[in-house]
Amino acid sequence: MIAELGLAALWLAAGLCVLQLAAGVVGVRSAEPGAVGALARPAAILQGLLLVFAFACLLRLFVMTDLSVALVAMNSHADKPFIYRLSGTWGNHEGSMLLWVTILGISGALVAAFERRMEDRFMKAVLGAQAFVALGFLAFLLFSSNPFTRLNPPADFGAGLNPLLQDVGLAFHPPILYLGYVGLSVAFCFVVAGLVTRQAGPELARVMRPWVLAAWVSLTLGIAAGSYWAYYELGWGGWWFWDPVENASLMPWLAATALLHSVSVLATRDALRTWTIMLGVVAFSMSMVGTFLVRSGILTSVHVFAVDPARGAFILALLMIYVGGAFGLFALRAGGLAEGKRFAALSREGALVFNNVMLSAILAVVLLGTLYPILTEAFDTRVSIGPPYYNPVTAIFAVPMLLALLVGPMLRWKRDSLARIAVPLVLIGAMLAGAVTVIVIFSGAGVLSTIGLALAAALALASWLPLRGRKLRFVPLALWGSMLAHFGVAVSLAGMASESAFSTERLVAMSAGDSVSVGPFQATLQSVDPVAGPNWTALQANLAVADGSGETVLRPQARYFTEPVQNTSESALMTRWDGQFYAILGDVVGPAENGEDRWQMRLWWKPFVTLIWYGALLIALGGLLSIFGHLRASARARKIREGVARRRAEKLEMKDAAA
Amino acid sequence: MRTFWLILPLALFGLFVGVAAYQLTQPKDEFVRSAMIGKPLPEFDLPGETDEAAHVTSAAFAQGEPVLLNLWATWCLPCIAEAPQLEALADRGVPIVGIAVRDEPEAIAQFLEAYGNPYAAIARDDIAEVQLALGSGGLPETFVIDGEGIIRYQHIGDIRESDVDTLYAAWEDAK
Repeated sequence: MIAELGLAALWLAAGLCVLQLAAGVVGVRSAEPGAVGALARPAAILQGLLLVFAFACLLRLFVMTDLSVALVAMNSHADKPFIYRLSGTWGNHEGSMLLWVTILGISGALVAAFERRMEDRFMKAVLGAQAFVALGFLAFLLFSSNPFTRLNPPADFGAGLNPLLQDVGLAFHPPILYLGYVGLSVAFCFVVAGLVTRQAGPELARVMRPWVLAAWVSLTLGIAAGSYWAYYELGWGGWWFWDPVENASLMPWLAATALLHSVSVLATRDALRTWTIMLGVVAFSMSMVGTFLVRSGILTSVHVFAVDPARGAFILALLMIYVGGAFGLFALRAGGLAEGKRFAALSREGALVFNNVMLSAILAVVLLGTLYPILTEAFDTRVSIGPPYYNPVTAIFAVPMLLALLVGPMLRWKRDSLARIAVPLVLIGAMLAGAVTVIVIFSGAGVLSTIGLALAAALALASWLPLRGRKLRFVPLALWGSMLAHFGVAVSLAGMASESAFSTERLVAMSAGDSVSVGPFQATLQSVDPVAGPNWTALQANLAVADGSGETVLRPQARYFTEPVQNTSESALMTRWDGQFYAILGDVVGPAENGEDRWQMRLWWKPFVTLIWYGALLIALGGLLSIFGHLRASARARKIREGVARRRAEKLEMKDAAA
Repeated sequence: MRTFWLILPLALFGLFVGVAAYQLTQPKDEFVRSAMIGKPLPEFDLPGETDEAAHVTSAAFAQGEPVLLNLWATWCLPCIAEAPQLEALADRGVPIVGIAVRDEPEAIAQFLEAYGNPYAAIARDDIAEVQLALGSGGLPETFVIDGEGIIRYQHIGDIRESDVDTLYAAWEDAK
């Protein structure tokens, strides 16, 4: 019954999409849209509610492990802990697509309910575009990925959830990423509406900005969570692998970062109109290209999703309709958009354009690297592109971008001179030179790591320099946000450079009682014991890790899951303020001379590695502050405008009364 | 000039769609081929199927007659599925040497009891060293080694009934 209700809600939502699309088209086309046009907002809100209801139905099915539903039977098991039965809802293709569509519906409803800043015709176009996007994904869901399909007869046991995915990280990683993808789709709808109604001014940028920011914050958090999850769950000790699926989430983030900055130029200075519009389309296309690459199985990755060429073809068709359509519209209409305001090369706009170009270049590098295997495979050559390509080539563009970031936020809009900011420039230069000297003298860090550490040090200082000459009380919230986010970049960068420069790794065979030194620590294998969990058994090592200040026992496990059968290794981490100790238990490697079993252990000491994710959190927090800052400023501006209007009306009344 | 820049994104996107659509229609080859074909068998010296049995060494493969080298394990389900096909090949006169990966003598004895023994000899590869040296990613996997110890052919996955003739032909070719 619940499954049928959910399916019905999906079909109803699809029907409402058609209605909303019609209302949008009528609203844009005719000067007097009338009753049909007025339906756009209520239809969007109702559609959002129906999708939430459908998703709730699927959640309920997973929680009660209804094995007569195919999706539940294939992906869940009654023995699983409650939280993983819940997160199993979106730990599969169909469920995650439903989550995608649901978040899309919610954001459409939010736009319809609360966005009153733009004129009516523009909003009709936005809601029409939103309905069009939602309709495509609903069709995808209903025709090729129905989550509510029944199984007759019902299964006896659920097949379980891939043990790698039975993890708290999974409960949050995909939904947060989806928030980001969908946020970009809202920005996309605004951009399309801007092209359709030929409006690409600062107002467009101002209504887009909270959505772009929200999407960007979610993507930042989602990528950071995914990276940390891969770091401790895959047990490879690395935090970024340039895997196609990681790239698929990184590319929209890069585009969103560029969009974020160009939107702020458009909102403040009415420049970069065409560029912003194009980035809006690019950002959403990147999230769709990502979805396509991941779900079509066209690339080989550590992430194996439910791969299906038919679904791939469906997503490719959607991609062609939306992105092809938007780029076509762009080619037709963008030429007619009024040019934005001009600015000097040395100005805040100039620095932001530089940032945009560098970000786009990095995006192109990552996109090319991700697509390259597909291209060469068309000529029957199999290649795999990894860190040797990505690290140096992205650095070529990232380093100049970070250098610009040291100076950019201090520059004035429109035109500036270096003489005005001579003092902070000297300060930053001294910091850079000092950091390089210290690192070269006291450590043997490689070139890239040295550059990274020095840039991080200088940026940590430079990110707060925009405060110079301002009264702290009057610093706008949005500026605090941007400074915090830039500081977060410095923190993250420091973590990355430190991890790559100073990590120590040991691969050893140990039997109980053996001891080995890793960095400043002495690790002693006390014993290896069998342990059991709710749906797994494991061998667990008790590894005592000691330095001068004390001893901690780490318990890495080699787990054996029964539903479905799979082996995983669970890393054990010890987090200190200055880094992490990371331990992995491997296979038995045969007996030692004294006849006891020897175990392969992989041990790392990674100084300051946690800064990578703390930095990402700061970046996201900065984004959140900016959202609140902009929303508050816009609410204040509205209040002031209303106040002015009211006083004017009162004045008129008094005049009338006097007359 | 401006028109060019406005159309560029659409053109690039069209290129991407073209390549992606072409790739989607192509059959997907998930196998990783060994780079060892045409190269000599890596040197090894492994214990036999029991602790008492004679060792199996790589030198035994360079005796002038081509041999089928079958990587398998008692814990590997597809290996059970391919047992009848190996039996059929053995019946046609193909000598088969098995390498049991990460296995136990008792388990091997039970397996052969249950599913038949097509092997001329069996070696135990307790830490998968030979499997790794052969560039094999999974079990089962079968190689044709010619009389001089050179790897001539690789079959990935279980041997189906339809593969028996192909493997036999590859073994004949290696003579």
